[in-house]
Amino acid sequence: MSTTTLTQSPAPTAEPTTEPPRRSLARDTGIVLARELRPVLGDPFSVIFSLIQPLFFLGLFGPLLVGNLEAGVPGGSVWQWFVPAIIVMISLFGSSTVGANLLFELQTGAHERMLVTPLGRSSLLVGRALKEIVTLVVQALIIVLVMLPFGFTLYPVGAVLGLALLAVLGVGISSLSYALALAVRKQDWMFWIVQQTLVFPLMILSGMLLPLEGGPGWMQALAKVNPLTYIVDAERALFAGDLGAPAVLWGFVAAGLTAVVGLWLGIRSMRHSD
Amino acid sequence: MIHAEGLTKDFVGHKETVHAVRGIDLHVERGETVAVLGPNGAGKTTTMRMLTTLTTPTAGTARVAGFDVQRDPAQVRRRLGYVGQGNGAGHGQRALDELYSQGVTFGLGRRESRARAQELMDGLDLAGKERTKVSDLSGGQRRRLDVAMGLMHAPELLVLDEPSTGLDPHNRANLWEHIGQLRRERAMTLLLTTHYLDEADAMAERVVIVDHGSIIADDTPERLKSQHAGDRLTVTAGGTEYAVRLAELLSSWTGTGQVEVAGATVTAGVAAGSTRVAELVRAADAHGILLADIQVRRPTLDDVFLTLTGRSLRETGATHEAEEAAA
Ligand SMILES: Nc1ncnc2c1ncn2[C@@H]1O[C@H](COP(=O)(O)OP(=O)(O)OP(=O)(O)O)[C@@H](O)[C@H]1O
Ligand SMILES: [Mg+2]
Repeated sequence: MSTTTLTQSPAPTAEPTTEPPRRSLARDTGIVLARELRPVLGDPFSVIFSLIQPLFFLGLFGPLLVGNLEAGVPGGSVWQWFVPAIIVMISLFGSSTVGANLLFELQTGAHERMLVTPLGRSSLLVGRALKEIVTLVVQALIIVLVMLPFGFTLYPVGAVLGLALLAVLGVGISSLSYALALAVRKQDWMFWIVQQTLVFPLMILSGMLLPLEGGPGWMQALAKVNPLTYIVDAERALFAGDLGAPAVLWGFVAAGLTAVVGLWLGIRSMRHSD
Repeated sequence: MIHAEGLTKDFVGHKETVHAVRGIDLHVERGETVAVLGPNGAGKTTTMRMLTTLTTPTAGTARVAGFDVQRDPAQVRRRLGYVGQGNGAGHGQRALDELYSQGVTFGLGRRESRARAQELMDGLDLAGKERTKVSDLSGGQRRRLDVAMGLMHAPELLVLDEPSTGLDPHNRANLWEHIGQLRRERAMTLLLTTHYLDEADAMAERVVIVDHGSIIADDTPERLKSQHAGDRLTVTAGGTEYAVRLAELLSSWTGTGQVEVAGATVTAGVAAGSTRVAELVRAADAHGILLADIQVRRPTLDDVFLTLTGRSLRETGATHEAEEAAA
């Protein structure tokens, strides 16, 4: 039997109620992010798969668009129009499934354990959101690299801003996904039903995959109240290097609002879950 | 360290409301070790979840480590170590990584956290499993990892919900040795639940017995046993008719109760039973009763529970069978 002498460790001694160190949101978020990333990095197969997956979609859907829309795409080049949309789509898929990863930790007790640590509640949300964003940045990079030979033009500043915009959006959507997982944790199959029911209409009604200009009036009206529409428009402007476009501003407003609502709901549901 | 008054938790469901905890008053002083015992569903976990800020009480208040659990939950969480009934370690993580994360979360430096994680893995017989995924650990290994996570930052108050469930005897002993050592070195306060009554008896300075959401006893194990349960005498007589006469004899003694005969065996609750064996032998001789065997069993916490509730804390199915066999 091995018995360690725990005195060696420099852990805090029993000074009665010493003031623990101050917490910072950035540090807490970093801890959560690092914890989320570790298993991903330890599993190269899943990393490669998640990086290649968007390329399939791009490779299968893109040529159809090129064939059908060459005349009707606003701005001219189909790829210039489609690549930013794909990046928004991956980000939406990634961040809206954050709750699914959480469901498992809710059942095992790992999430409960983390709730009893001094980690700031918002860092639990933001840390998990950032993990998806790290993945997204790498995925976006690969997509861009692959598309360059097909005539895609990269505007680096716009692209970086575009990813920043998606980071803000990602915090919002991940937090909503988190809140959803907490709400349905006793009937976990509900998670996917709700997630799919929301994600696909939101996607289609944002003009992400196909332009809505040719669609019926009610669709265009719904698109106007869909925050994702503004994000997609902003991304298209940013990836075209049009940094001053009003669409960019509206995109950040939409993403900011989503993040505020998401964080508020996420933190609220964490406090009231029992 | 813990001052709870009238803690109450109702779970309101569609069909019925579960009164999980009904007005618990609990006071634990700094450095004390208190074990909470009670059958499944008694409300132990729910009480601990209220004390560790995980669930808001329906009524009542609690101050833990100097702060109100509802007004200052963040302050409470900084001072607390909690090992819940579930698996604290994320199943997709590697064992050592989870310990390390837990350390830095509680403010240990990187190197410090890594060293302490390794130390705990070695100490709790998990050496060699550092890079194993938590889902690939055995149940008992996973449980030890959970407890190790609670010990990472050596908190002033450690709350353990069934820490030893699923551990083999060797690892149980090792775990308690570890916790005992930490307690002595750090003057740690410990609140724990367990279904191993011997463990509570040996580890805890105080035992709190919970049943149907209320505390039905709260005292040192010694006092609980001497107040609520006497020694249990089991005498095997030389034959059935001897047993019947022996039962009559024992019933006439002062301080005996629950005299039962099963075949040639007589059992009886006798106050200070071990001091009366000689007297029993003489009396049996005088009455011509043949004796084959005498056993005196010291009371256990289960006897205390049995006296208080009329039920046994041990596996209910097993005791029913035992009772039927005895009847
Ligand atoms: N989240 C919940 N929703 C509804 N009812 C609950 C919830 N958690 C616990 N209960 C109910 O509250 C009661 C007390 O449960 P609790 O988990 O506190 O028991 P326990 O004493 O820890 O039992 P065990 O020894 O089995 O762990 C039980 O009747 C249980 O069904
Ligand atoms: Mg329990």
